[in-house]
Amino acid sequence: MKFLFERDTWQEVYDSLTKNKLRTALTMVGVWWGILLLIGLLGSARGIENSFNRLFGSFATNSVFVWAQSTSKPFKGFQEGRQVQLKISDAKKIEENVEGIEFVVPRNQSQALVVHNFLSGNFGVNGDYPLLDQVQKKKMIQGRFINQTDIDENRKVVVISEEIYKQLFEKDAEMIGEYIQLNGMNFKVVGMFETGNANMGPSSDIHIPFTTFQQIYNMGENIGWMMITGKPEYDISQIETDAKLILRNLNKVHPEDNRAFGSFNLGKEFAKITGFLTGMQFLTWFVGIATLIAGVFAIGNILLITVKERTKEIGVRRALGATPFEIKRQVVLEAVFITLIAGLLGIISGGSLLMLLDSLYGQGDEAMLVNASVSISIVFVALIILIVLGTLIGLIPAFKATSIKPIDALREE
Amino acid sequence: MLKINKLHKSYPIGDSSLHVLKGIDLSVEAGEMVAIMGSSGSGKSTLLNIIGMLDEADEGEYILDNVPIKNLTEKKAAIYRNKFLGFIFQSFNLINYKNALDNVALPLYYQGLKRKERIEKGLFHLEKVGLKDWAHHLPNELSGGQKQRVAIARALAADPKLLLADEPTGALDTKTSHEIMDFIQSLNDEGKTILMVTHEEDIASMCKRIVRLKDGVIIEDTFVEQVRASQYV
Ligand SMILES: Nc1ncnc2c1ncn2[C@@H]1O[C@H](COP(=O)(O)OP(=O)(O)OP(=O)(O)O)[C@@H](O)[C@H]1O
Ligand SMILES: [Mg+2]
Repeated sequence: MKFLFERDTWQEVYDSLTKNKLRTALTMVGVWWGILLLIGLLGSARGIENSFNRLFGSFATNSVFVWAQSTSKPFKGFQEGRQVQLKISDAKKIEENVEGIEFVVPRNQSQALVVHNFLSGNFGVNGDYPLLDQVQKKKMIQGRFINQTDIDENRKVVVISEEIYKQLFEKDAEMIGEYIQLNGMNFKVVGMFETGNANMGPSSDIHIPFTTFQQIYNMGENIGWMMITGKPEYDISQIETDAKLILRNLNKVHPEDNRAFGSFNLGKEFAKITGFLTGMQFLTWFVGIATLIAGVFAIGNILLITVKERTKEIGVRRALGATPFEIKRQVVLEAVFITLIAGLLGIISGGSLLMLLDSLYGQGDEAMLVNASVSISIVFVALIILIVLGTLIGLIPAFKATSIKPIDALREE
Repeated sequence: MLKINKLHKSYPIGDSSLHVLKGIDLSVEAGEMVAIMGSSGSGKSTLLNIIGMLDEADEGEYILDNVPIKNLTEKKAAIYRNKFLGFIFQSFNLINYKNALDNVALPLYYQGLKRKERIEKGLFHLEKVGLKDWAHHLPNELSGGQKQRVAIARALAADPKLLLADEPTGALDTKTSHEIMDFIQSLNDEGKTILMVTHEEDIASMCKRIVRLKDGVIIEDTFVEQVRASQYV
């Protein structure tokens, strides 16, 4: 390996590659393009994935949302078209009886006129348990989320999103401990969280304790909907089916009535999109590697021609005492070197492309691509693939170069 | 220096084969300067190439510097070529994208010498052939005579015991030929053993011994009074 660190080795490589610059450059295009494609596509796929995670990342992905609708089949003396009402007890029963449940979070929601000083607006108000924070992570900017004491004491406290804060408060105004009016009642602001989440279901920007909500809206045991989260190792579709079955049973709904309960299976949607992204990455690797291989073959081909053209020179070198191994080594080194340089140029241009994409499509909250990039390990893998392929392909012209006798090589014109 | 016994060589031509060397016996002592002559196709180059280990004989014995040359691996052959032999070709065979100095230093590269040493030795030999000032010129910037002198410097660079030249003056005019011969004679005076193939009687007469080939056998082998090339220069 010592020869790799000698100036002459590289002088030889340089000499033979600069002998025909245009051809050397054209040779490199294939590999350059392959790497560019690989980096560009993988980076973009990552960008899409990131933007997707930014949208949905705060949700526990193994979740399903369930709400009640009206029946579509008569059952046990009830007519079809009956409005079904979910109760807290339904949530408890599901938690107790369905296998693989992590949490069941009952929720209520209503519209309210919200006023602070002279600013006001109509917003969705949610009655929530502290548990909500586990299912749909709230990034608190200030203060805290609803806690158990709020629930136990039916406190009149409220947690708002940054968006609501901006609409109701003067710029930079203090808000923790301030009061805002919900339908005329004073609520103390105890926390503010980052907006930014995709709105799953109705607007979820104002949260008050579940029990407080029950009280002021006179809900009794009724709930609007519930979020069910499965343990990671359980299939969320199965949980959805089981939960609905129990709900039908509890609410005297025909076991085959599929309309009585509506649901949105976040886990399933999530799996679809991650599946798509995985597919896209797979395709990228496939296309990228195929292009790379084609590019490397082009390099091998050109080197074969070069070696053929240099037959006489190689004969002279052998007459002067070059061993076949030294000749082969040089040819392989040239192959690896061109491959690597082309690959590095590909990495650099791929990186620049991603930077360009980022500046075009990666800015702002709604950006389609978030932090489009490839990891260093992928770059390393690509480089190692290049070295291996370059070496393998270089062996073909290398053996070609020493396959004829020195005398025949010298006779060549 | 070298000893050849009953050497045979044929080339396959289609289905038949062409018997080129038909039992050559030749021995050359250190310090000799031998011209190999003969008509075109008589096998002069074939013999020289076998001596130079660029080609292999089919039959017979060849001993170079007490080493029997038989069934050598390509690697061994390369090492012997590098250590024992210097080649001078009719068409110079310089590497066109390397300057004179790098061409001269190339055998030293394959000897594994350090760059600094190679440059030193290369310049020394270029100076010997009178081309030190041309060290950094590419071959296509040199005249035929200069090219051949660079080639001779290259052949000398690894300090070989035996110089093999196939029509070294074949591509040069008379005056330049004489200059080159003058230089080769001076090398022989210093003790180098020299074997050269030539067509020209006057060039052959500048050697100390003339071997004539005809149809693959030696028909004449005589020691001659050496004509000094310096008188024509
Ligand atoms: N590689 C080869 N394959 C087939 N025939 C060959 C080969 N090399 C040489 N020959 C033949 O062998 C014979 C001797 O060739 P060689 O080159 O030794 O002649 P030469 O005496 O050097 O002639 P010249 O004076 O023209 O250089 C010629 O007839 C030639 O055609
Ligand atoms: Mg010849």
